[in-house]
Amino acid sequence: MQTKSPNQTSYVFKTENLNVYYGSNLAVKNVNLDIPARQITAFIGPSGCGKSTVLRCFNRTNDLIPGARVEGKLTYHGKDLYAENVDPVSVRRRIGMVFQKPNPFPKTIYDNIAYGPRVLGMKVDLDEVVETSLKRAALWDEVKDKLKESGQSLSGGQQQRLCIARALAVKPDVILMDEPCSALDPISTRRIEELMKELEEEYTIIIVTHNMQQASRVSDMTAFFSVELVGSNRVGELMEFDKTEVIFNNPVKEATKDYVEGRFG
Amino acid sequence: MSMSSSAQLASQDIDISTGAISPIRNYSGKILTLLSGVFVAAIIIPLIWVLWDVIGEGVKQLSWQTFTETRYPAPGLTEGGFGHAIVGSLMVLATGAALSFPFGILAAVYLSEFGRGTRLAYLVKFSCNVLTGVPAILCGLFAYAVVVRGSGFSAFSGGIALGVLMLPIVIRSTEEALLLVSPDMRLASIGLGSTRFQTTMRIVLPAAAPAIVTGLILALARATGEAAPLLFTSFNNNFWSTNLFGPVATLPVMIYVFSKIPFEAQRQLAWAGALVLLALVLAASVLSRYVVHKTKK
Repeated sequence: MQTKSPNQTSYVFKTENLNVYYGSNLAVKNVNLDIPARQITAFIGPSGCGKSTVLRCFNRTNDLIPGARVEGKLTYHGKDLYAENVDPVSVRRRIGMVFQKPNPFPKTIYDNIAYGPRVLGMKVDLDEVVETSLKRAALWDEVKDKLKESGQSLSGGQQQRLCIARALAVKPDVILMDEPCSALDPISTRRIEELMKELEEEYTIIIVTHNMQQASRVSDMTAFFSVELVGSNRVGELMEFDKTEVIFNNPVKEATKDYVEGRFG
Repeated sequence: MSMSSSAQLASQDIDISTGAISPIRNYSGKILTLLSGVFVAAIIIPLIWVLWDVIGEGVKQLSWQTFTETRYPAPGLTEGGFGHAIVGSLMVLATGAALSFPFGILAAVYLSEFGRGTRLAYLVKFSCNVLTGVPAILCGLFAYAVVVRGSGFSAFSGGIALGVLMLPIVIRSTEEALLLVSPDMRLASIGLGSTRFQTTMRIVLPAAAPAIVTGLILALARATGEAAPLLFTSFNNNFWSTNLFGPVATLPVMIYVFSKIPFEAQRQLAWAGALVLLALVLAASVLSRYVVHKTKK
């Protein structure tokens, strides 16, 4: 799989000295990341280090938190994501998101998938979109006979794949995953991980995870975030960003080494 | 090492028989349990008493004629019923609902979806709380000042009074219902590229619908039994009337008026009216429970 040579790699996101504030509190500082296209990038680090915060900057869902503010530069395919003329709604349309807890809408399985294309007014054959999205999310065979049942009647792992299918239905090019397996059992987790590997061929995926085996299993690149106490304020920071095998086998920084070897805190 | 010592403890020193606890703790526990039972009885007994009285007295008078006759009995006579008062009550309630439901629901949507944390939202919430505590008769006074002084007693003005009464209940219950919808759901919808308006209309409101409907029905139930706001708005009417802009008879006002006049037939009718009101409110509560139960599955 690793046939992509470095000079072929294109980058979907680039950040330069990204700082995120909540109100007057600095939450994360000095984030410099180049997220390669069609690869899986994992964000790891202890709780409160700002991995989720950074993730939410990429599709501007941080905008919804009152007082959240971004400093520095964040580009998406070379375009400044926080420029004046950027419509956050059209950003989120291209950058899908999957959350920690599976959160299907209280609608039928079919309507869960069809929701995105419907609100966006996409002129598509909905039946076809539902089928291809569910197939890509490896859920079609399990639900094809009960598309009219509630999405919330599925098991946790199925619900999470439904949420992935829902995100795929609007044809994004990036999928952000915020600890997508932390509420799932190991078997469902493995299915989601296999799914991510398949999706990687078409989509850029960024995953936040607390599970270091997961990061080392699925990701191509890994970013390690750490947290330090400044006064009474916990500030997250990007410590190291490299190929996953480097982060796990041969990290440059001592803090990274301690964390991936489980000697942190 | 520590395991073996705890095993020894288990065999010798651990007393788990009933006598292990001091008698004072045992008795005080029993006394307090008894006391809480007494207080429950003190609340339940008057409640059952009221029900017993209303049902016992009301059933005696209740007949088919009570519903079909559309005029009150003339003083001293016995023929008559309150069919027109039921219709009048429904007219006033429908007007109140038509005013308070749309305004109340939209205000609640603003409070929970768009205006959270703003000064305006705070003001609305504050006035809502104040309005909840306002005596019902003041709602009637408000409608009297605004409508009745200009155009006379009418079912419409009674509806306004009940609408004002219901509004804070509708706003509070709807807002609570909306806040129960998981924030994740909103984020998921927004993450798919829908606007906040689309998210509210297509995800949040449908998800909260059962709880909202419950709140609306309870607001209606509360307004159904109110006589005070209607006394000088929809007033009273001895005869059949479906004129929205004229005075109409209503069940609560009928009960109020007939309970204090010296004619037995009218007093009996008031009892029957009370029973019918009770049945209406009970039906509304059961209906709301049923709606929630049904949609939760």
